[in-house]
Amino acid sequence: MAQKKSQHEHVVVPDNAFAHRVRKKTGENVFQCYQCLKCSTGCPMAHAMDILPHQLIKEVQLGLREEVISSRTIWVCASCLTCSVRCPNKIDIARVMDGLRQMAHARKGRLGDELVPLFHETFLRSIRGRGRVYEIGMLMNYKFKTKQLFRDIGLGWRMFRKGKIRLLPSRVKKTKEIKDLFNKFRGV
Amino acid sequence: MMFTYYPGCSLHGTAREFGESLQGICKALEVELHELEDWNCCGASSGHALNEKLSIALAARNLIIAERDERDILVPCAACYHRMKVAHKTLQQGFDRTMGEHYSGRNHVVLAMDLFSDRDILARIAERVVKPLKDLRVVCYYGCLTVRPPDLTEVKDHEYPQHMERLMGQLGAEPLPWSYKTDCCGGGLSLSRPETTDRLIRTLYEGALEAGAEAFVVGCPLCQVNIEARQAEIVREMGKGFSLPAFYFTELIGLALAIKGAEGWLKRHMVDPIFLLRSKGLL
Ligand code: SF4
Ligand code: SF4
Repeated sequence: MAQKKSQHEHVVVPDNAFAHRVRKKTGENVFQCYQCLKCSTGCPMAHAMDILPHQLIKEVQLGLREEVISSRTIWVCASCLTCSVRCPNKIDIARVMDGLRQMAHARKGRLGDELVPLFHETFLRSIRGRGRVYEIGMLMNYKFKTKQLFRDIGLGWRMFRKGKIRLLPSRVKKTKEIKDLFNKFRGV
Repeated sequence: MMFTYYPGCSLHGTAREFGESLQGICKALEVELHELEDWNCCGASSGHALNEKLSIALAARNLIIAERDERDILVPCAACYHRMKVAHKTLQQGFDRTMGEHYSGRNHVVLAMDLFSDRDILARIAERVVKPLKDLRVVCYYGCLTVRPPDLTEVKDHEYPQHMERLMGQLGAEPLPWSYKTDCCGGGLSLSRPETTDRLIRTLYEGALEAGAEAFVVGCPLCQVNIEARQAEIVREMGKGFSLPAFYFTELIGLALAIKGAEGWLKRHMVDPIFLLRSKGLL
């Protein structure tokens, strides 16, 4: 693991085992990155990140697993693919973000953001139950869990008045098929 | 022309007007839609954020059902479209065996925006425009997944696409050049972390104003809702007096073809477009 430091406190001993795991999971070879910064320059969510995309790639190269896995960056990445299509070395950075999010979520430790992963879980549970997402039910559930029941309530009311909120959820007929997929692939 | 139609969850809720206007124009342009039997959610961004295989499997179930017919699959939502394209490719690389099914991949997944900016259908639209959208100044907003990644979307000019502009030109509207057409709106993060995505909407709003636009045109339910629903607060903070509506391109086709029911779609907008359209004599 990269956490082993040399006698000099701030020197990181590179360890590429983590990068190989990332490659196995995502198919992306982070060693092709030469730190041109193009990904970070065009990233619309950079303002909300604790590590910029090019830094994150560098940290994967070095094997700084903990820093990367517990970062806020992986959760506030909007999966917009701007970085992936611009990388001169064709690294699909958004795919790397996905892989890291999945690893972080699977290991059950502290996550770099609470609200975003909780939203994803609530969303997936909504699919598990009905096969489709019942937007308003899912959102109420999320707001309840995050104790923000009254945030954006005016917005909710305006949407209701515009007929954007369905009162009855729609669902698939064969909900068992959906449950089977969740069980087979170990979804939430 | 005939398609299997995959509406996706939001067209049943927040994006009802997208679904209704799409069905309206398909009828008028003789595009036959058959809703996919027992379709399920594509998994959206939450699926691939937490579980790779499950996210493919959810989208894949739809594609496998769609193979019972020999029809391409029409998808209006950009996020669904992206997940379907990813699943379409992954299934063909052997994931169909993981699903315990066979998948030939003979049906194509088609984005509604691509269908309606295709040359043949543009010609069909041109013949039937009865009410050109004269003097309506719009900026076309593509967002992310209608154009990226180009190896899946096959959009060559993905940094500065032009196909929605061509469609708008055909309808008689005035599409304006601007620099933000493929910027991100924040997607689903607007629901969990709106404080981080509001500045993206603000950039879009300012960019559109600077270009001299009266409205946005979009082809994705998430972009539409983000732009319209978050604007009120942003506009207030900026001390500006007005918001810009975001039309679905399908609504504008419907208006130009004078399809009945258009007013019903437009009533559902969070930013009321009725006044603007009346002032142009379009309603
Ligand atoms: S764009 Fe690619 S090569 Fe450049 S810093 Fe980012 S990951 Fe590295
Ligand atoms: S995919 Fe994520 S990291 Fe890449 S540019 Fe978009 S928000 Fe930034």
